[in-house]
Amino acid sequence: MIRRWFPHPVLSVLLLLIWLLLKQSLAPGTILLGALLGIALARMYDLLRPPKARAHDFHLLGVLFVRVTIDIFRSNLAVARIILARNRSLNSGFVAIPLDLTDRHGLAVLACIITSTPGTIWVSYDSSANILLIHVLDLADEQVWIDTIKRRYERLLLGIFQ
Amino acid sequence: MNHLDALPPWAAILVAVFVLLGALFAFIGSVGLLRLENFYQRVHAPTLGTTLGTFFMLAGSITCFSVLHGRPIFYEILIGVFLTLTTPITLMLLVRAALYRDREEGSQDVPRKLPGE
Repeated sequence: MIRRWFPHPVLSVLLLLIWLLLKQSLAPGTILLGALLGIALARMYDLLRPPKARAHDFHLLGVLFVRVTIDIFRSNLAVARIILARNRSLNSGFVAIPLDLTDRHGLAVLACIITSTPGTIWVSYDSSANILLIHVLDLADEQVWIDTIKRRYERLLLGIFQ
Repeated sequence: MNHLDALPPWAAILVAVFVLLGALFAFIGSVGLLRLENFYQRVHAPTLGTTLGTFFMLAGSITCFSVLHGRPIFYEILIGVFLTLTTPITLMLLVRAALYRDREEGSQDVPRKLPGE
């Protein structure tokens, strides 16, 4: 019964929070409407039959957030420097990374991290061989990028989602 | 003139610095879009605007309206959250379309198709 009405409790609470933030108020009417929206949208989301998310380690999620924020700042500056440096021969290219991460939600977070960080873009993912293809703007050494993605992000994501 | 006159000077300077920094990053991103050589390099540049560019704009907006209203106003953070969640979709769509086109043309510059893609 509870499962039927609240198939994704975390999603419902998040939607309620987003609603309260958007309305900038804590009036009973706002909370009621936000709660109704949260419950209704979570039930609609359930119709898509999404795979269950199992995020267990919220401490690691915090570590990942801080790490990604720092990396986004650093690579913004690096890419800005590349763009502003005129006539510099740029060695960019594709890198294939064998992944251990298979959880869909983990992969989605990894996609957000890789594309949000300037200088790297998620190109495609081979789900049978579990190989991720990314494009790197300033590619000096392929192995360095494989190690960076695997050590800095994938290890944490494995701890969070698998 | 307008309600921005109510902003104390220290806040006005802070907001101006944030907005200019945001505009600067968005501008560098646009310059990169213009200047870089091929498609795959070019798609990297606009991410400057969607990350630090947006971050500084939002910081400016949060500072400005929090000071004006005398209470913390931070729902601009949602803009950042939604951008972070949606940018990868557009970027991946564009890059995959380019990759598909290049592979169809038999280009040697892109990696071969993997069996499970």
